[in-house]
Amino acid sequence: MGEMVVGLYVFVLATLTGREVITKVPPTLHTPLMSGANAISGIAVVGALVVSAQVDSGLAQILGIAAIVMAMINVVGGFMVTDRMLEMFKKN
Amino acid sequence: MDVSLGAELAYLFSSVLFVVGLKRLQSPATARGGNRLAALAMLIAIVATLVDNQVLNWTGIAAGMVVGSLIGGLAARTVKMTDMPQLVGIFNGFGGGASALVAAAELVRVQSTNIDLGLGDGFTIAISCLIGTVTFSGSFVAFGKLQGVVSGNPITFPLQKTLSALLFLTILVLGTSMMGVFEIGALPALTVFSVFTAIALLLGVLLVIPIGGADMPVVISLLNSYSGLAASAAGFVIGNNVLIISGALVGAAGLILTMIMCKAMNRSLANVAFGAFGGETSSAAQIGSGDQTARSVDAEGAAMILAYAQSVVVVPGYGLAVAQAQHELRKAMDNLEERGVDVKYAIHPVAGRMPGHMNVLLAEADVPYDKLFDLDEINEDFGRTDVVLVVGANDVVNPEAHNPESVIAGMPILDVDKAKSVIIMKRSLSPGFAGIDNPLFYMGHSLMFFGDAKSSMTDLVREVREA
Repeated sequence: MGEMVVGLYVFVLATLTGREVITKVPPTLHTPLMSGANAISGIAVVGALVVSAQVDSGLAQILGIAAIVMAMINVVGGFMVTDRMLEMFKKN
Repeated sequence: MDVSLGAELAYLFSSVLFVVGLKRLQSPATARGGNRLAALAMLIAIVATLVDNQVLNWTGIAAGMVVGSLIGGLAARTVKMTDMPQLVGIFNGFGGGASALVAAAELVRVQSTNIDLGLGDGFTIAISCLIGTVTFSGSFVAFGKLQGVVSGNPITFPLQKTLSALLFLTILVLGTSMMGVFEIGALPALTVFSVFTAIALLLGVLLVIPIGGADMPVVISLLNSYSGLAASAAGFVIGNNVLIISGALVGAAGLILTMIMCKAMNRSLANVAFGAFGGETSSAAQIGSGDQTARSVDAEGAAMILAYAQSVVVVPGYGLAVAQAQHELRKAMDNLEERGVDVKYAIHPVAGRMPGHMNVLLAEADVPYDKLFDLDEINEDFGRTDVVLVVGANDVVNPEAHNPESVIAGMPILDVDKAKSVIIMKRSLSPGFAGIDNPLFYMGHSLMFFGDAKSSMTDLVREVREA
């Protein structure tokens, strides 16, 4: 239980940090913000790797690798498309 | 799962980079670097994980990473800017799906060791799987609606809410059972988990189908938030802080965007989620229009009015995205600027199908972002504007919003009717997504420029040159 409570502290403080940082993003950048944040949620790949590393066969491995594929689509696709968009934003 | 000190420090460094990266998104000048910083943070986290864990099977993991990267990279390179909402929608789904699968894999792994899940582990696995799965199936439905595979109108059927409520109740019962509080007959834990997941999939579909196409900016934002929360929950499952932190950041981002979108429509989140708003079913669709006539104008006439104006404000809407007319619009406005006309763009927060959709399209067409203005920044200027050119927008410029009786009463709108004249480029007089008539079209100083935005804009470019 102790670990979960610490996790909860981390979660709440990170949420507050996120709120402070993200409230100041201007509407012009809301789409890149969303796709960039989306790429960050691909951090689930770390979880997928941790679980997959511990098994070498069976259902757990299949699920773990499927998780890696999905998370990597999210990570690579998300960061690349955000970069493509932000490249277009320029001043007069 | 023990994480070594080295890996913990790497994760901490990643978390800091994620925050700094997001902070740099506060200005278009630093945003690109910020995104790259976040990508670097991700790379560090992945490398740290691979180094820290005794990997039993490299082939499977490497194959998964390569396949995922190729699919994601290809999608990111080939997508059209107009299709950005669908892409982000589907990426959200994959993120949520990945988190749910992490929970599932962990459950299977623990089961195979014959250790019972404790209360805490059962809880985190259930939550992670629930949020992740709902995000997954909900995102696919949202993708279908945006892509036009599924009807954009709200899809409702009798007892829909009752069904959703019952399913949710079942989820609660099964989830509690997964926490080891009680057993359901002699059902193996994996069976309970499978049923739990199947119901969560169904729940995701049911949550999104009753929501109409114009409310998609809210849905995409909300699913974005869920995908973050799912990652956080997966972090609790495997006891990993970098997941908890990154997921919380994304969860906050999605929630803030959701609230901004709701405010821009003057509707509560509950109303968006359960109101089945808009579409052909709306009963208010037949108001007025009977004996009113709208005046129309052709490309030549519109070009004359625009070319001899001093100030022009363009109001782009979803119609611009559908017609992919952003480049033609830019050309037409370039011609006006060469003639000395002052051109600005007014962007309503919910114009298009996701937050900031119009800004991305105009950026693609090389319109400098300092010519783009928010609702609050530009609304006072309309009284001093010669001509407003509305391109494929409707509800966001509907003066009915000031009528307390209207279904869109109180929605903040762009007050384009205050301008000296208004040219509305649109395919027909048909109502916008809210399903109500727009009195703006029948005002004395309004002119309808009928046609597809792209071909109309091409004609306009030619006529402005000759004007």
